[in-house]
Amino acid sequence: MREFALSDFGFLLLATRWTVLLALAATVGGGIIGLAIAVLRIVPVAPLNWFAIGYINLIQGTPLLGQLFVLFFGLPLIGLSVDAWTAAVVALSLYSSAFFGEIWRGSLQSVPHRQWEAGAALGLTYRQRFTDVVLPQAIRISIAPTVGFLVQIVKNTSLTALIGFVELTRASQIMTAATFAPLTVYLAAAAIYFVLCLGLSWASHVLEGKIHVAR
Amino acid sequence: MDYSFKFAAIWRYRDEIYEGVFLTLQLSVATMVLGLIIGLAFAVMRNAQAAWLRGIARGYVEAIRNTPLLVQLFIVFYGLPSIGIRLAANEAALIALSVNLGAYCAEIIRAGIESVRVSQVEAGRSLGMTASQTFVHVVLFQAMKAIYPAMASQFILLMLATSIVSSIGATELFHQAAFIESRTYRSFEAYALITIVYLGLTLVFRALFSAIYWTVFIRRPAR
Repeated sequence: MREFALSDFGFLLLATRWTVLLALAATVGGGIIGLAIAVLRIVPVAPLNWFAIGYINLIQGTPLLGQLFVLFFGLPLIGLSVDAWTAAVVALSLYSSAFFGEIWRGSLQSVPHRQWEAGAALGLTYRQRFTDVVLPQAIRISIAPTVGFLVQIVKNTSLTALIGFVELTRASQIMTAATFAPLTVYLAAAAIYFVLCLGLSWASHVLEGKIHVAR
Repeated sequence: MDYSFKFAAIWRYRDEIYEGVFLTLQLSVATMVLGLIIGLAFAVMRNAQAAWLRGIARGYVEAIRNTPLLVQLFIVFYGLPSIGIRLAANEAALIALSVNLGAYCAEIIRAGIESVRVSQVEAGRSLGMTASQTFVHVVLFQAMKAIYPAMASQFILLMLATSIVSSIGATELFHQAAFIESRTYRSFEAYALITIVYLGLTLVFRALFSAIYWTVFIRRPAR
């Protein structure tokens, strides 16, 4: 047993890199799957829409902790050797993809329908109308909520501590066992999360303002 | 794949699952009530005359919304005993969840009140209503209608988030999964089944919330 020292804070900061890496991996993975879900959700093919709706309901209707545990204990059953990192990346990517899918669908659908009609009146094909008229506007609308959701991803990485992945929260648990100063350690961890997330919240807020001003 | 699923082994523990569902609902409803009260108080503070009150409310909302619930839970359960506040797991869970939800409610309520047009208040006042009459008869219903969908999603998110408090040993639904796992050694089946139970709860509540929205806010005769 010893006092919580400045070097211990360094240990937490070192573990934070796994929090950041995990958040980045989940953003990339979730972004790719989410894009597919958003597209499946809006294409004019009913079975694909139903699939996307079912997927979103399944993911948004169950706790992330459950998804994490099911993957952690389930992937080995289908012969995939899985460590905490793999389960964490897969679970967080799937979880994020459902939310990204909805955010981006909302952005696509918030582009007024007359923009589609204007494109049609100019003789553009469906693809041209989508990529040249609607998509650029939808991307602008989606930037702020997308950055805002990154805060949720960073916060949700903390749950991977419960399957033993050593990121900031798990490092804090380890540190608590060494120092017996849980209040100090967890407040320090909270402060690190706060700095990470506040930056993202602030960026989201600024982007929202910028986009509105430009419109 | 040479794994044989044995959900039957789990089914023997259905009484534990019912109990878990009951406790999760109990915890969710209690948190919702407390969170709403906290949220309302801080939403009022956000609009207070005194700058320091607005500062406190803002600090609370930002601090809570930018840190993970799990860490907040650990601060309450493992951290507070250092300053002499010792709580049982279920109490710590209720407090951490309510403080967390309160920050989100505060923002939703504030946005709801701001979404009611000033002209509505002016119209009420010009009809000779007092400020409080205007609030009760004109602003409140419109604000409630505006915040209802966000509140409903927040309640669902909260219900799913209660799974996290199993990590400090609070006895809700997810905790029962760990219990069943310890008895049957069927980790995958236990967690898969409990996760599906959450899905069922979510779908029931979504249906219930839209039914309430429809009857209260849409089919309601104009007053």
